[in-house]
Amino acid sequence: MQLRSLTVCAIIAFAAGLIVASFAGFREFLPGLLQGALITVEITLGGCVLSVIAAVIAALAKMYGPWPIRWLAVVYIEIFRGTSALVQLFWLFFVLPRFGLTMEPLTVAILALGLNVGAYGAEVVRGAVAAVPRGQWEATIALNMNRAQALRRIILPQAVVAMIPPWGNLFIELLKATAIVSLITVADLAFRAQEMNATTYRTVEIFSIVLVIYLAMAMLITIGMRRLEGLAAKGLARGRSH
Amino acid sequence: MTDIAKGPAPAAAPTGSPMVRFDQVTKSYGAFVVLDQLELDVAAGEKVAIIGPSGSGKTTVLRMLMTLEPINGGVIWVDGEPLTSMRRNGALVPADARHLRRMRGKIGMVFQHFNLFPHMTALKNCMEAPCTVLGLSKAESEARGRELLVMVGLGDKLQHYPAQLSGGQQQRVAIARALAMRPKVMLFDEVTSALDPELVGEVLNVIRKLGAELDLTMLMVTHQMGFAKEFADRVCFFYGGKICEQGPPAKLFGSPENERTRQFLRAVLEAT
Amino acid sequence: MKFWDWPFTFEILPMLAWASLVTLEATILGFAIAAVLGLAFAIGRMFGPAWLSVPLAGFIEFIRSTPLLIQIFFLFFVFPEFGISLPAMTAGVMALGLHYATYCSEVYRAGLANIARGQWEACTALNLTAFHTFRDVIIPQAIPPIVPALGNYFVALFKDTPLLSAIAVLELMQTAKIIGSDNFRYTEPITIVGLIFLIFSLAAAGLIRLVEMRLNRRIRRA
Repeated sequence: MQLRSLTVCAIIAFAAGLIVASFAGFREFLPGLLQGALITVEITLGGCVLSVIAAVIAALAKMYGPWPIRWLAVVYIEIFRGTSALVQLFWLFFVLPRFGLTMEPLTVAILALGLNVGAYGAEVVRGAVAAVPRGQWEATIALNMNRAQALRRIILPQAVVAMIPPWGNLFIELLKATAIVSLITVADLAFRAQEMNATTYRTVEIFSIVLVIYLAMAMLITIGMRRLEGLAAKGLARGRSH
Repeated sequence: MTDIAKGPAPAAAPTGSPMVRFDQVTKSYGAFVVLDQLELDVAAGEKVAIIGPSGSGKTTVLRMLMTLEPINGGVIWVDGEPLTSMRRNGALVPADARHLRRMRGKIGMVFQHFNLFPHMTALKNCMEAPCTVLGLSKAESEARGRELLVMVGLGDKLQHYPAQLSGGQQQRVAIARALAMRPKVMLFDEVTSALDPELVGEVLNVIRKLGAELDLTMLMVTHQMGFAKEFADRVCFFYGGKICEQGPPAKLFGSPENERTRQFLRAVLEAT
Repeated sequence: MKFWDWPFTFEILPMLAWASLVTLEATILGFAIAAVLGLAFAIGRMFGPAWLSVPLAGFIEFIRSTPLLIQIFFLFFVFPEFGISLPAMTAGVMALGLHYATYCSEVYRAGLANIARGQWEACTALNLTAFHTFRDVIIPQAIPPIVPALGNYFVALFKDTPLLSAIAVLELMQTAKIIGSDNFRYTEPITIVGLIFLIFSLAAAGLIRLVEMRLNRRIRRA
């Protein structure tokens, strides 16, 4: 997102907020919806953490693992990228219990979304690591570092900067995808909206408020990632040669 | 290419076993042979300059020695031990990671494009490998890095990041970084080629200083003929994957025997 | 109970095959909307007057930043409020098309931005109208390089069609769920649906890579 469109977003959000606020149902619906939003935030945060962990492990396994592990990573990435998030969610929710693995719907939600986004993130990590100039690897060999030392101290710190913007997009995709957890009875923002809509039929008001809440959360992610990018870039910009 | 002379024996004949020995080393990419049965001995403390046209395989020599390129045939010996293979039950087998790492510890390399770590200060660049690889304490590696950076004339730039330094300064940090690992052999791969002309001198001065103060075996690929002439004990002229002619600089630059050497030197002279 | 029941699998396969046609239909219709609307968005945003381009930019960011599922609900429930009763399939396809139009518009934007300035200047020099400049010169050059990127969104849209099950469109996921609740067996239908998606996605990814290679070769030749 450009800074310009960010401002546009802010203006529109403000306008939408005003319109929404003028609705009669505003006071009536907002508290319930905010309760759902809290669950959405929880799933988003959990999913983000899980996705980063899964992505880094899968990417490193795919790049440097011995063949069985590499194969496993490829299968994970292809399956989670090749099928849809909702199918994965339902599979974990309906099928896993048959293997004796019963989890809370909230856990299933975080697991499904985190693993789903992690598969996409693995390719982001891989791309960023591959984009670190070859000379950096050669320098680590000349300095007799082993691969783990080289990755941890030299390569990954440089790759992280390139990863932040695409991760920002992935986190927003994850936030948006959390809406589907309402379909496995997790009482998130989308779930509350459907519930209220089913009892009151005041669709426009309810869903407008909901959309604005989602937009606000997405903007928070964007702003946060921008901050992070600025911080990381400052660390590396000093170091980027010319 | 039958006219290629094997070249006279090295002027300073190595006593005992050489520090570096290329024994029939062959390197090829598919059908393209980069180095053809290379034979080259470098004595401990000797300074060898490698010159030649681009594509003659001269950089590959250094990269193989640093284990950045695998070799297709022959054996490289460093300090009396095979580099990329090791003895097991009397036979030479491909080296395991431990052997490779032990051998790499004897060798340091400075690259054409510096390859400094952009996210670390000059001092941190010099401390990183001593800390993580040699297991030195932070204080020890800092003292070592500081000392070396002072030696290359950058005592006032310890906390600068590479991007805040000129090319010549960056290359001097890279030299200090390589020295911090206390190698026996130093490889310089066209270390002044990426520099603006006015910055070449400061880097060459540092190399001169190393030659005078430290007991290092040095191999350098260079285009600086003047420097090679003045600094090296021996100059090797590479052509088409072979050493076409080698000898003491006075001989090779003064009265080259081989026609290709003469052509190359003439072309270089015209360019400068 | 067995983990996997083969007779049951063969019994439900025809139903799922039939449902996959609905999924495919939703994908193709949705992407047709996305492709056309996305181009309109891109042109409006890049070349439209400020009163159009600024709100459009905000609208695009808004749609891109909010969940597709909510957008599907919104369209599905909102039309009846105005007395228009929309079949679930239509509402769903519209939501999919609108959502992905915003993604496609970014792709088109990149494609249009890559056209060399000389091409525009040549069009001006030849006194072409804006319409002909776009139709005959700019768009034919802008589209081919972005076909792989559009293809990726085609696959992404395809993978989002299960969301239509939330408004009871009888596509793959909804059919699988109905089979599951009727027979108290979810393992087979959901796994089969996953496999169908995987096969389609991998095939599509291969196809996109093929197109990409073709394009690269063409660009290198040029």
